[in-house]
Amino acid sequence: MTMDSPSLPAVKPRQSNVYLDFCRQQPLGAVSFVIIVLMMFAGIFSPLVAPYDPLTIDFASLLAPPSADHWCGTDAYGRDICSRLIYGSRTALVIGFTSSFVGSTLGAILGIASAYFGGRIDDWIQRFVDILLAFPLIVLALVVVAAFRKFSVGGVDVNLIVAIAIPILPRVARVVRSAALSVRVMPYVDAARAAGYSHTRIIFRHMAPNVVAPYLIMLTAFIAQAILAEASLSFLGLGVTEPTAAWGLMLSGNAADFYRQAPWMILFPGIAISLAVFAFNLFGDSLRDFLDPRFKL
Amino acid sequence: MKITRRTALQGTAGALALGLGGFNFDFTRATAQAPAVKRGGNLNFAISAEAPHYDPHASDTYATLHLAAPFYSTLLRFNLSKFPALEGDLAQSWTAAPDLMTYTFKLHPNVKFADGTTLTSADVKATYDRMRDPPQGVVSTRKATFADIGSIETPDPLTVVFKMKAVNAAMLEHFASPWNVIYAAKDLAENPALPRTKINGTGPFTFVEHVKGSHIAGKKNENYFKKGFPYLDGFKGIFTLQAAAMLNAVQGGQVLGEFRGISPAERDRLVQTMGDKIRIEESSWTLNLLVCFNVDKKPFDDVRVRKALLMAIDRWGGSQGLSKISTLRSVGGVVRPGSPYATPEAELVKLPGFSKDIKKSREEAKKLLKEAGHENLSFVLWNRNLAMPYTPAGIFLVDQWRQIGVTVEHKQSDTGAYLATMNAGNHDVAIDFSNLFMDDTSLGLAKYLSVTRSPENRSRSKDEALDKLYDDHMRERDPAKRKAIVRAFEKRLFEQGYQQPLLWWHRIVPTHKTLMGWKMSPSHNLGQQLEDVWINA
Repeated sequence: MTMDSPSLPAVKPRQSNVYLDFCRQQPLGAVSFVIIVLMMFAGIFSPLVAPYDPLTIDFASLLAPPSADHWCGTDAYGRDICSRLIYGSRTALVIGFTSSFVGSTLGAILGIASAYFGGRIDDWIQRFVDILLAFPLIVLALVVVAAFRKFSVGGVDVNLIVAIAIPILPRVARVVRSAALSVRVMPYVDAARAAGYSHTRIIFRHMAPNVVAPYLIMLTAFIAQAILAEASLSFLGLGVTEPTAAWGLMLSGNAADFYRQAPWMILFPGIAISLAVFAFNLFGDSLRDFLDPRFKL
Repeated sequence: MKITRRTALQGTAGALALGLGGFNFDFTRATAQAPAVKRGGNLNFAISAEAPHYDPHASDTYATLHLAAPFYSTLLRFNLSKFPALEGDLAQSWTAAPDLMTYTFKLHPNVKFADGTTLTSADVKATYDRMRDPPQGVVSTRKATFADIGSIETPDPLTVVFKMKAVNAAMLEHFASPWNVIYAAKDLAENPALPRTKINGTGPFTFVEHVKGSHIAGKKNENYFKKGFPYLDGFKGIFTLQAAAMLNAVQGGQVLGEFRGISPAERDRLVQTMGDKIRIEESSWTLNLLVCFNVDKKPFDDVRVRKALLMAIDRWGGSQGLSKISTLRSVGGVVRPGSPYATPEAELVKLPGFSKDIKKSREEAKKLLKEAGHENLSFVLWNRNLAMPYTPAGIFLVDQWRQIGVTVEHKQSDTGAYLATMNAGNHDVAIDFSNLFMDDTSLGLAKYLSVTRSPENRSRSKDEALDKLYDDHMRERDPAKRKAIVRAFEKRLFEQGYQQPLLWWHRIVPTHKTLMGWKMSPSHNLGQQLEDVWINA
């Protein structure tokens, strides 16, 4: 008697699609990603998307409530709030992305260098980072923006970007350093060192690619912080100046005088800031959960 | 023209009737039975800008005066209860010669500076010499005003005699200017620039402290020469650079008033939230914002560019909209609208920049820019970061110029940097201001004189024709002829377009009803010594 061994159906290895996996595992992250994409679309294609020119004054439509003509109403100069929100996303994203990128990248370089060199260099860098970390992000940004004269390149306020990037720098440096410390003791780093490669090459070719995950997560999370900082500084009169369309600026100035009479002047910019910060924070969190294997255990 | 005693007196009367009687008060004051004065207490009030220095001679911003006036005295001053009548401050009495070529002042005896020095006529002479002929390194924005003074004599310690080179019918009013505070001669001898950094006056209060970014404080001058004054024990001027902070401070009672002026929306908010606890007083204002081109910089040295930019501005439409949201209100030329020398609307609309047919005006502006080869002009508009009314004016101008294809970057800065940039001539185009304390044209037109005569001319223009018209109008005693010269001056100025009023302001002052004795006027430069202010708490 022979017994046939039961035949198992051939299992096809599942094709992994990283985007679908992300959507399945992090649905809130996917939703926030859609919001971010919409914001970026609005920012890039503002002139095509916005119903009105955001700077055009129309005293005949002064403080008009939301209507078919003006979806989000008008402000004290009769400017269309919806159009200013759309153009404002450009300001928020340019300053948010740029300052977060500059701060995170410089922070990452500092963090890797600190971990790689160790010893006295590490001590000095970390004490410097400690000093910067002692200040809350917005306070440090306020100090920097108030201390330096305004200058802009191509209409972009460089002073503001630097002011927001500086407080981001130590936060990213600390996190990246901790990741880089474990990379530093890897055999391939020792091998590179033994092969006589330069410090720069070891840092950028061998260590940096292995700390990309925390770097990307920090970068994304700090975009939200940067958008919020830009809005706060503009609200305090230290950010971009009128008549530039910027969300924080839309909450200050005349809005304080007319918010009772025209609540839409503060309602819609407030929603835009909240939504953007919420989306970037949520996306950053979801990205961390998705990329970090420890969260999958 | 030969000046006789009769014509001089006629001129004086005419100038006073036309120039000074032009204030039309449209504010109202409660005339209920006045309560008895209560002495003591400290007054906290808001100052919406922080002055870069303490020297009123070198300043034309209220920020300096609101901070410094309580510490100083002037020869004469305006009596705000009978405005524009004059009264003595340091001068116990005064006389003007019938030909108006000599003014003699008798000073109060036993007047002491805060450092204990006794005031004499030498201090008055040193002060006026500094203003009319400032030494190297000292700025005097009053230089043009006192150019007619030939010499100052001090026959005894309590007598000062001003001998004129030429008649100035409004000279007594200039002696009452709140900016002409008297400094100690010994301080000026030690360092002519000392008043920029040190306060030593004979006013009702003495300096206690200035905490930058926070406040300036003064205490009662126990040696003040007017017995029984001041009523207050002290004061604190709190710098509230953000309008919202200022309103909150007024609303919460941290300050009892803001003496410069607030916007209609801010007024409505205070009235709505404070009800009968707040007193609101309104008046037309001897103050305007100016569009000022730096003629030392290209392409603003080209009259076509300047004219084009002025012609693109819809002042009539702007005044309707901006008056609802800011302190800007009336369209006018170089003289305050409504005052006797003001250009009537029918004449004004013929001048560049004042046309009511804005479409046609902008077409002409575009043509002028094309002719000048600057169709795609772009520049920086330099502005002060005071929300009211500088920001609305900046937003408005950017929009107006965009409509003729001009790109403008709007830069705002705090008062110190704003003034420093303009005074150094580092601006392209700026929103400047003409801050007057009376309507007389000898004061109002001085800002437009060549920069060599008038340091406050921030367009840096040099125009001999304008200077001559100004001098001619100063000597002219016939009011009708004088008015004609003022018109010619205005026409020349606007056709050259060095600088031009954007809109004139409307003053709205909020004070707590417990604040007594402070008097409203059409100028926020007047009445800030605070000697007769008291708190009815």
